[in-house]
Amino acid sequence: MNRSFFQQKRDRNETAARALLFMSALVCCLLVVLILGFMVVTGLPLFGQNQAMDLLTGAWSPHNGGYGIAPMIFGTLWISFLSVVISFPMSLGCAAYICVLGPHGKATVMKRCVQMMTGIPTIIYGFVGVFLLVPLIRNTAGTGSGMCILSASLVLAVLIAPTMILFFIQSFDRVPRSWLDAVDALGGSRVQKLVYVVLPACVKGIVTGTVLSFGRALGDTLVALMIAGNAIQKPDSLLDSARTLTAHIALVSAADFESMEFKSIFLCGAVLYLITALVILGARLIERRGTHE
Amino acid sequence: MNRWGEKAIYSLSVLSCVLLFGSVAILLGYLLVKGLPALNPGLIFGSTPMVDALFLKRQVFDGIFPAMAGTLALIALAITIAVPLGLLAGIYMAEYSGRFTRSVFGFFFDLLSGIPSIVVGLFGFSAILFFHHHISESLAPCLLVSALSLAFLVLPYIVKTTQIALETVPQQTRITGLALGATRLQNIVFCLIPESLSTILGGIILAVGRCAEDTAVIMLTGAVVSAGLPDSLFKGYEALPFYIYYISSQYADQTELTQGFGACIVLLLICATLFTLAAIIQKKVRHTLLYRH
Repeated sequence: MNRSFFQQKRDRNETAARALLFMSALVCCLLVVLILGFMVVTGLPLFGQNQAMDLLTGAWSPHNGGYGIAPMIFGTLWISFLSVVISFPMSLGCAAYICVLGPHGKATVMKRCVQMMTGIPTIIYGFVGVFLLVPLIRNTAGTGSGMCILSASLVLAVLIAPTMILFFIQSFDRVPRSWLDAVDALGGSRVQKLVYVVLPACVKGIVTGTVLSFGRALGDTLVALMIAGNAIQKPDSLLDSARTLTAHIALVSAADFESMEFKSIFLCGAVLYLITALVILGARLIERRGTHE
Repeated sequence: MNRWGEKAIYSLSVLSCVLLFGSVAILLGYLLVKGLPALNPGLIFGSTPMVDALFLKRQVFDGIFPAMAGTLALIALAITIAVPLGLLAGIYMAEYSGRFTRSVFGFFFDLLSGIPSIVVGLFGFSAILFFHHHISESLAPCLLVSALSLAFLVLPYIVKTTQIALETVPQQTRITGLALGATRLQNIVFCLIPESLSTILGGIILAVGRCAEDTAVIMLTGAVVSAGLPDSLFKGYEALPFYIYYISSQYADQTELTQGFGACIVLLLICATLFTLAAIIQKKVRHTLLYRH
């Protein structure tokens, strides 16, 4: 009698806890949907017919009533793509040195340093970039203000490198110990270990890490806002100034609520959201394929 | 592979380490050289006596004290909102989720952690705009909105750390409680959580660091240049990263610029301290807090 009473109480607690935990997880997920929802709900009524499409593809020429965000999309893609291109070899080299090529004693210290680097605030990269790198680029190039795609990409490359390195190290560490021992037993050098065993085994991890870092570069606001110059134009060269979607949102959000300029930032937000979703989905698909085979 | 090839690969990997660590060292060195002269009590408290400022007797006008207080208030609020929700969701993900919910919720959490912070800021901004139009005219960007948006931003970190911490508890520890007749809930509360407390705590501290450094969210949701000490949830406030951003674009003279560098160092110190604290806790606290129950 008594026992079943406790049993019931226990079951009730268990069910209640389960429900509470599920609700919290659900709320978190709904938030993600809500973020897109709020942008669409606030943004959508602002557009007339076909306006959304014009905004997405058209050119930016406020005098003729054109408020297309295409230049910003190009700016974003240029800057994040270039920063990944710069950062990828550097990160791969560092990760290889830490995990395989370098002496074992230094590995832990260097990994700690890289972890610390991820903690450096973005605003500090931007601040130092403005006062150190921009004048340097200006003087070297001889033209322009120094605030250009190249400067922004260089700073962004250093910014995303630690994250990329940690991704790579994580996937290097998953290579089975016995494989590495086998190379040592066969008398292979460290470089041979890296090239013939570790890298082929980690292709998926490397691709995933790069894709996610691309997502990170894409979403960065401060570096592009402070260093890329923010001119609205389709960039032609690396020394051209450009504006990213993120910087556009930051700059225009202070503008007049009724203007078309203001309406365009919700579209920018939605585009960024969708690109991020694609990046995450892509990274997950790559990893999924790895586990099935 | 011949010897030259090996040498080349090894040199490239060393070179990339030198490049990355070198550029970060230059960045920090430049910051120190420029900012050290400004690093004195005057930077924080201006011309107000330190004791008066700390006990809120007099307002600080020309120091970064209000900005630091604003950042502190922001962190406290955001973390208070994010931690309970994140913990519960993390526990659900680790212990109660089935295969389907795990993969769906997992995608949403990955997405949430990938969404650019400026988009989260835009969400907060459009939400307050929505409430401004539909509920009360008096609602405007303020401390509470910023804290909520920041909480969403760090939520996935807390969920992820909790989930990983619980999942990596050794199988033996996991089944001992159950074997002794504990319910699933008791096992979680009295065994698994104390066991993984240090990892969870470390994750929370990293989330605090993320709150301290973020600029993109707060510049859309309520940070202002001058507001004094934060005294209401429904008003604008000052924050350290926003102050640095403002200085970088609007500085009037050399003194202000030096102050900006000083503020950078203060922010960097705060973030470095939090980071070190997290590392120490994840390593050491395990031994002292583990056997409390």
